[in-house]
Amino acid sequence: MAAQNGGTTNGGTRWIGTRPVRPDGVDKVTGRARFGADLHLPNMLVGKVLRSPHAHARIRSIDTSAALALPGVKAIVTRDDFDDLPSEFVPAGEMLINYRDVVRNVMAREKALFEGHPLAAVAATSEKVAKEALDLIRVDYEVLPHVLDIDEAIAPDAPLLHEDMITAGVEPPPSAPSNVAKVVEFAHGDVEAGFAEADVVVEREFSTQPVHQGYIEPHSCVASFAEDGQAELWCTTQGHFVVRGHCAKLLGMEVSKLRVTASEIGGGFGGKTVVYLEPLALALSRKSGHPVKMTMSREEVFRASGPAPGTWARVRVGVTKDGRITAGEAELKYQAGAFQGSPVQPGCMCAFAPYDLEHVKVTGYDVVVNRPKVAAYRAPGAPQSEYAVESIIDELAKRIGMDPVELRLKNAAREGTRAAYGPTFGPIGLVETLEAARSHEHYRAPLAPGRGRGVASGFWFNIGGETCATLNLGEDGTIALVAGTPDIGGSRAALCLQTAEALGVDVEKIRPLIGDTSTLGYTFLTGGSRTAFASGLAVIEASKDMIGQLCERAAKIWNIPVDAVEWADGEARPAGANAGEFDPLTLADLAGVAGKTGGPIVGRAQINAQGAGPSFGTHLVDVDVDRETGRVTIERYTVIQDAGKAVHPSYVEGQLQGGAVQGIGWALNEEYVYDEYGRLQNPGFLDYRIPVCSDVPMIDTVIVEVANPTHPYGVRGVGETPIVPPMAAIANAVEGALGIRFTDLPMSPPRVLKALEEAHIPEAAD
Amino acid sequence: MQYEAPESVEAAVRLLSGGGPRGRVLAGGTDLLVQLRAGVITPQLVVDIKRIRESREIREEDGMLVVGAAVTGAELGEHARAKSMWPGVVESAELIGSTQIQGRASLGGNLCNASPAADTVPALVAAAAECRVAGPNGMRRVPVEDVCTGPGQLSLGDGEFIVAFELAAPPPGSADAYLRFIPRTEMDIAVVGAGVNLSLDESGRCTAARVALGAVAPTVILAEEAGAALVGTECDDSAMEAMVAAVRAACRPIDDKRGTAEYRTKVAGVLATRAARIAATRAREAR
Ligand SMILES: Cc1cc2nc3c(=O)[nH]c(=O)nc-3n(C[C@H](O)[C@H](O)[C@H](O)COP(=O)(O)OP(=O)(O)OC[C@H]3O[C@@H](n4cnc5c(N)ncnc54)[C@H](O)[C@@H]3O)c2cc1C
Repeated sequence: MAAQNGGTTNGGTRWIGTRPVRPDGVDKVTGRARFGADLHLPNMLVGKVLRSPHAHARIRSIDTSAALALPGVKAIVTRDDFDDLPSEFVPAGEMLINYRDVVRNVMAREKALFEGHPLAAVAATSEKVAKEALDLIRVDYEVLPHVLDIDEAIAPDAPLLHEDMITAGVEPPPSAPSNVAKVVEFAHGDVEAGFAEADVVVEREFSTQPVHQGYIEPHSCVASFAEDGQAELWCTTQGHFVVRGHCAKLLGMEVSKLRVTASEIGGGFGGKTVVYLEPLALALSRKSGHPVKMTMSREEVFRASGPAPGTWARVRVGVTKDGRITAGEAELKYQAGAFQGSPVQPGCMCAFAPYDLEHVKVTGYDVVVNRPKVAAYRAPGAPQSEYAVESIIDELAKRIGMDPVELRLKNAAREGTRAAYGPTFGPIGLVETLEAARSHEHYRAPLAPGRGRGVASGFWFNIGGETCATLNLGEDGTIALVAGTPDIGGSRAALCLQTAEALGVDVEKIRPLIGDTSTLGYTFLTGGSRTAFASGLAVIEASKDMIGQLCERAAKIWNIPVDAVEWADGEARPAGANAGEFDPLTLADLAGVAGKTGGPIVGRAQINAQGAGPSFGTHLVDVDVDRETGRVTIERYTVIQDAGKAVHPSYVEGQLQGGAVQGIGWALNEEYVYDEYGRLQNPGFLDYRIPVCSDVPMIDTVIVEVANPTHPYGVRGVGETPIVPPMAAIANAVEGALGIRFTDLPMSPPRVLKALEEAHIPEAAD
Repeated sequence: MQYEAPESVEAAVRLLSGGGPRGRVLAGGTDLLVQLRAGVITPQLVVDIKRIRESREIREEDGMLVVGAAVTGAELGEHARAKSMWPGVVESAELIGSTQIQGRASLGGNLCNASPAADTVPALVAAAAECRVAGPNGMRRVPVEDVCTGPGQLSLGDGEFIVAFELAAPPPGSADAYLRFIPRTEMDIAVVGAGVNLSLDESGRCTAARVALGAVAPTVILAEEAGAALVGTECDDSAMEAMVAAVRAACRPIDDKRGTAEYRTKVAGVLATRAARIAATRAREAR
């Protein structure tokens, strides 16, 4: 299958920017691709989890004797099977986790802290037996009052989730425990002085609901422990090296005794950067001596895996009449779920990141509540705070009579701007996205009566990190590319293209795979929009390593010094004084004789990638609102984003479209509905309403390319920024249509209808 | 679990009323199989009625449309005659689920799943459809609105099942329409549904009207006062307002995860008005 655009040149590159068929595509459309639940091993048992029906309860005792006596039950694990771990924070994706909490999150110890919290896991010969066994486990609970929302959790007499939690980041430290885990602050300048310069100051409070990542594939794994203490784990994850580290810690193993293989992954969006079932399956396998497979139902995914946090924000921004933003201040409170560690810190850092501000102050609170522990979700923390700020920017533009794109352009962060969170930006593309928005046909198209148009911008940092890659040259000149970052958004295609470019070979000659944890050095997970950038840098380094070896072989064959050989267009050529002396040697020529010239040729790289360029985006959206039912329809949507360089534009476009669609769900319908006992009422896609295809128009995309100077082809991460602007863009559009500003998400039909009625009451009284 | 697929009404009745375990009827299975897999129900006997000719065909008998209880939404949607006679009933069936679900979901299953939010039921009630119910004592005729007695509850006796639905030939100048409200565009459950069936005389005056509402009470309800509010009018704005008031008075909804009682009551009026307008337009066109 030849690459469609193969061989065309594109801005000085041959492969970067082309759109070949993705290497994993055929297996995915034929059903051959193996996802988490597709592995079957001989003598495999089925593992099931007993989960707390209470949102908050002390666990007095767990009696598994009757369940163990059931024929077919091979092992049961509870809190007694995991050693307690001391407090120790480690990075997990873009979030920090604490092993003391992880061991409690995968299996409740002293207390059940949310409905769905695991209490025991059973391995049995069939799912039916495993489920019967769950019913036979007796748990004695002392049910405690629970708190679901921030207001309840921070009330002075609130029930405490962790009786010893003293708020960090406050001087002097409070003497009494609370549900506030920590307070963070980012500030520079003098906000009050800034507000004094403003002609218009707007202050508002906002709230957002927790939203689930909504990956289609539920969590699933197969664990197999051998008698000698070696174990294998197959799982659907964004980072198998990270899973290995967490599981080894929780099970008291050496990492080299645990080999983790990442299956194909059916979506993650940050939610598959943590462990849930994996340590339980390993513990059950160790205890039973059988491989154990565990798969969550959709209901379990909703009840027990991490959403993005629900948040509360108070934001205040001042502007002069001529459109200079003089100061920005925000107070943010984020739900962490049952254990501390919400992404409130990145939320604070991102809140004003798109703007060049002299005076900023952002304070954040990390609040525990009796809900599942939050997990990363695309640009964790940023969508919530930027929604609040971008809503106010829109309002300020209206107040001073300035076009909202113009106001943003006037204040936009650019190269050299000191970011609101501290560092100074290198080359960034916010201005370019705003200019592209302003000149886009969508922005100037006439609006049908009753409709509204909204615009909002967004920012995300992006990360690099520890990354390895190997290129194994086959004897016929084809290449097996081994990467350590699970492919969640088309990254294998992007890595093949970067390798093809660096080596000057046909992309079809490169076959990629994601190696297991024993085939490569430690490689951080797929997250932080880092894969095309960091694994990209690694394959480019590995290509250089291979080119060095290829040139040595050619030098040997020609009997000339190695520095008299150059590598160009996929072949070794004699250079300098020897130019034209010998016929060039292609990759295939050199591969064919490798055995006689020094042995196998393997290009390797192990790097700690630095300099991930931040990515900015600007979204445009048109909405229509049914005034009688409150239903908001997205009529048109355009995403404009800086990709640095789009390696495979189709997958960049896919990321932009996917982020917009998830943001549409977040803005309009997604929310968790709990009953008075803290039990989730809508743990399924029927009533937890992510958008279906027919809910959204075709999302248009514009890729802006402001090269990231730390990457040879200019690549920046693109995967997260697109979920940042939609909520504000849509709220701004609804405001345009109705003249009503929604400060609480979701803008679901009942809420919109209610707001419409309230807005009309004064009119009726006139 | 025992699975049977009888080929006649009599054989099905025998299986369902035999001394053995209480059987469940299987039509398209888009409710039944979902509930089975979720462990909500654990039937010992499943009687598939898709091999019974009478429950699988659409026929006209003396001008009356007879739709087999296991006819699928897609089949009904492709039936030109059904569409022209009862466009509202057909559009309600076509709303169920997605393309995949359409290939299976039936009117009988939609009614007998006994959800207050079932989409075809308000349309069938508005159309004054009747069920042909087979049982140990032979065949009887039951108005659709009498089949469900509460969520998940039916008035059908032991061994009884619905073979087909009868829809009378609509009088001249008549038409029906069905609308539902869901926050999404498909793959969702009605927050409110409204079916309207009305007849207009030559001068455009309404001579008969039935308004039925879904998801606003434990069962689908026939809002008789709402229909009466239209009769004798030209379905103008003031008649619509009177109908809306009657619709809202008839609603007895609950607050749940799909909508508040207040919201449902309001939107029921909105949908009934819109459905009545569509029905009136169709009725005028039918003349
Ligand atoms: C993805 C999805 C989307 C859906 N969307 C909608 C929707 O938009 N609107 C909606 O209203 N519903 C929806 N449903 C529910 C379902 O598809 C409908 O209720 C459908 O009409 C059921 O028909 P069926 O033939 O599949 O019934 P089955 O599942 O076969 O039966 C349903 C129930 O009725 C009983 N039964 C079936 N036929 C008879 C009979 N002839 N006599 C007596 N009892 C009988 C069965 O025993 C069972 O209890 C959806 C379901 C799914 C899975």
